[in-house]
Amino acid sequence: MAEHNDFPYSRRLFMQQGLVLASMASTAPVFLQRSAMGMMAPEGSMLSSRPGVPEDRVLVVVQLGGGNDGLNTVVPFGHDAYYRLRPNLAVAAPGKGTNDRPAALAIDGSHDVGLHPNFAPFKALMDDGVASIVQGVGYPNPNRSHFTSMDIWHTADTAAQGTGWIGRYLDNTCAGRPNPECAISIGRESPLAMHGDTQRPVNFDSADLFRWLGEDLHKTIRDPYEKINRSGVLGDVDDDSQLGFLMRTALDAQVSSQRIRAAVAKPPLVSYPGGELARQLRIIGSMIRAEMNTRVYYVSMGGFDTHANQYFQHANLLRQVSSALNAFYQDLKAQDNTGRVLTMVFSEFGRRVAQNASGGTDHGTAAPMYLLGDMVQPGLRGKHPSLSDLDSGDLKFNVDFRSVYAAILEDWMGTKAAPILGRSFKKAAILRA
Amino acid sequence: MPPYILKPLNPKKFDFWKAWHLLGRAGFGGSREQIETLQNMGLRDTVDHILNFESHPYESTAWNRFDHDIMSPRTPEQQRSIQKARSSGDEAAIEAFRMERQKRQRADREQMIELRNWWMQRMIESPRPLEEKMTLFFHGHFAASYRGIEDSYHMFMQNELFREFATGNFKKLTHRIIRDPAMIKYLNNNQNRKQAPNENLARELMELFTLGEGNDYTEADIKEGARALTGFTYDDDTFAYRRGMHDPGSKTILAQTGKWTGDDFVNIIFSRKSASEFLCFKLYRFFVNDAAEPSRAGKTFIVELAKQFREADYELRPILRTLFSSAHFYDEKNVSAIIKSPIQLIVQAIRSLNTPVRDVRDLVVAGALMGQSIFQPPSVKGWNGGRAWINTSSLFIRQNLMIYLLTGLRPDAYPWQTDHLETFDAMPLVEHLRDEQGRLDSLSVFDWLLRFNLGGTPHPNRLSVLDDYLRSRGDRIDNTRLIGLLSLITSMPEYQLC
Repeated sequence: MAEHNDFPYSRRLFMQQGLVLASMASTAPVFLQRSAMGMMAPEGSMLSSRPGVPEDRVLVVVQLGGGNDGLNTVVPFGHDAYYRLRPNLAVAAPGKGTNDRPAALAIDGSHDVGLHPNFAPFKALMDDGVASIVQGVGYPNPNRSHFTSMDIWHTADTAAQGTGWIGRYLDNTCAGRPNPECAISIGRESPLAMHGDTQRPVNFDSADLFRWLGEDLHKTIRDPYEKINRSGVLGDVDDDSQLGFLMRTALDAQVSSQRIRAAVAKPPLVSYPGGELARQLRIIGSMIRAEMNTRVYYVSMGGFDTHANQYFQHANLLRQVSSALNAFYQDLKAQDNTGRVLTMVFSEFGRRVAQNASGGTDHGTAAPMYLLGDMVQPGLRGKHPSLSDLDSGDLKFNVDFRSVYAAILEDWMGTKAAPILGRSFKKAAILRA
Repeated sequence: MPPYILKPLNPKKFDFWKAWHLLGRAGFGGSREQIETLQNMGLRDTVDHILNFESHPYESTAWNRFDHDIMSPRTPEQQRSIQKARSSGDEAAIEAFRMERQKRQRADREQMIELRNWWMQRMIESPRPLEEKMTLFFHGHFAASYRGIEDSYHMFMQNELFREFATGNFKKLTHRIIRDPAMIKYLNNNQNRKQAPNENLARELMELFTLGEGNDYTEADIKEGARALTGFTYDDDTFAYRRGMHDPGSKTILAQTGKWTGDDFVNIIFSRKSASEFLCFKLYRFFVNDAAEPSRAGKTFIVELAKQFREADYELRPILRTLFSSAHFYDEKNVSAIIKSPIQLIVQAIRSLNTPVRDVRDLVVAGALMGQSIFQPPSVKGWNGGRAWINTSSLFIRQNLMIYLLTGLRPDAYPWQTDHLETFDAMPLVEHLRDEQGRLDSLSVFDWLLRFNLGGTPHPNRLSVLDDYLRSRGDRIDNTRLIGLLSLITSMPEYQLC
């Protein structure tokens, strides 16, 4: 039942700091008030971050919804079982491709695992030492329901209960930070992963909708609307009341909307390919470039539930993913921001090893994750799951996804992982020391 | 004599604005005419009218309205043929079964959409608003999500269960909840068996449904309670008690020892005072004031109401009568003190302003975008409510939803579509303000619209903003200007309160 206290100390600090800020008390947006206080607060009193971790680091999460087929992304061409179980679906081994179905790309240092040919733009990043693939990621007692498995990844709880893992990070870190844009998700609905007890992400599908549409009704209406929503806490209204909170948030929303739309309106420094994921990453690239004070961004792309006629459909999806990620990296590079942005790509499960009778694959278990950024340990990480030692036709996982989360939380976001993940997980070796 | 804090409002003080407050909270608001009717009935009769909703005729739900067969389990015969296909490696037959299952899952998701629309429509049109409001309360209290259940008919059954107990007996409802297929599935009690207990239902039963987190029970009580609940499962659409799965041994729950079953477990819980106080606390936040921490008076109110709740053996109707009649409920500190849930925002706007419903499917989606996806609460904790509803993005969605209801302008519209607005006739909202010459005085129009929508004395700042707006467009009240005024009023932070 514990309802959140949005600004646990703001009132108290405010009192201590006396009149300096009095003029801002009811007219400034929440985040400005708090940033003024932040400057005065003793170092460390409001941040849970570990010393030595820069504050401007960003995490971008990319969700591939539907269950991406890991075995046709990271191709185990050296294993007979792969070709035996997927007679019509398997990607050809390097050197054995056809015009219609080009061969897998060999990866330096691996003799039996390659990448789907359409993953070439991602492979280029691996070759540059700024991208990696973590193989065989999953969790015990895998659940094959889209909903449940997705919720498991979002909550970091194998019972799929509770708040989101990033939400809990935000609860710890952003509650009380001078920033209404601590976490932003792009898309129609905001992901559970980003929902904490107190924190919810700013969420919009297109930045142009992150505003009041009433202003389109008539040109004379914008001005009174601004007067209403920028008034801050009106006289006679208790600052701590629900109304005071709403009035401050309304002002935040105006400022935030202006800032986000200005950021996104700028053309990016590089050109992005078509497709939904590229569109979303472009928006995020622009916001990062505008140096918005956002710690976590979230995007998602669906369509990976390839039960039938999978081959070309899936190839097309992989082209979109890899070219969008590549363009995003080039954008960050042109901004000189590749060192402060880590991108993590996941799907709720992989697919079964054997193809089905419809030329597709059914819901499976362990699958690779993909990481992008100058700080990753590049290349193929971990072992490819065995194709001979299966669990009733499914791959066994080697890496618990929560040990990837743990590494990101501790070594990238600079916070203790155990309180957020509910227990301690050994950090996966995915980031450079 | 009831304790002082529960004393009823002086009936003479029950004016239009008190009736406005009551209908907003016990239901989803209403038109001026409806509120005047209640006002004229007086406090006592109005509260009875709202509570004894059975006397208002409304289409009862036909049990065959939704298909209960979509996700029904396979017959033994089907199971045998699948096994046969598997063992003989008959790929075509296995594939056929797989396709058939996928088809059923798709059909079930379709039916889920229908179910959501159906409930939304009901909340909008029901002449028994309290029935739907309490159903919504219980949906957030005994929260279970379709995502973990994937059976639309079970969701429907659970929704009807809440409706059946809207003002009924909370203890009996709890007995029914541990037999409810949706809840059993959601909290994995179908996997709770003697040999391998699953504690999920036992834990939430105490933590979230009755006693409150960490309140009056221990981890040991959860373990023992889980044993009592072993064997409580379901078979297709009905509760099933599997004796073979039940642990018949002796258990000690909340210091009482015996060979308890799930029902004994519930009875033991309800022998504790905390069970009444926790639910009264939640009712208080839902109906009276949603501050995270109730005021001192609020806490006293909760304690006294809980006492009455126990005396009434957990019957809801008497304590709701006390609550809706109490002076405390009408105290100005508790008026416009609750942040509307997304559903409240949507339904109240339609019921009080008489806007068109537009497309009920859009309203369901809008609810989800604002953080309240019906039949899909974020977790078994339900919705946190209060300030958790609001952040910068949900605020824009709330304001834009109102633009949609008022003008038909969809949030994903293209700019040129603003030339084809489908506004509605809002003039009836102010007709009663015409003077003898049939003229409308703009100030009294502002004053009325602000009061009627915000439920209090308007702030001078808001009056002057509306005045400036009207002057900028020629000082005349017509429908276009009325829609403009309503667009502005519903964009006010105050409008998010009820």
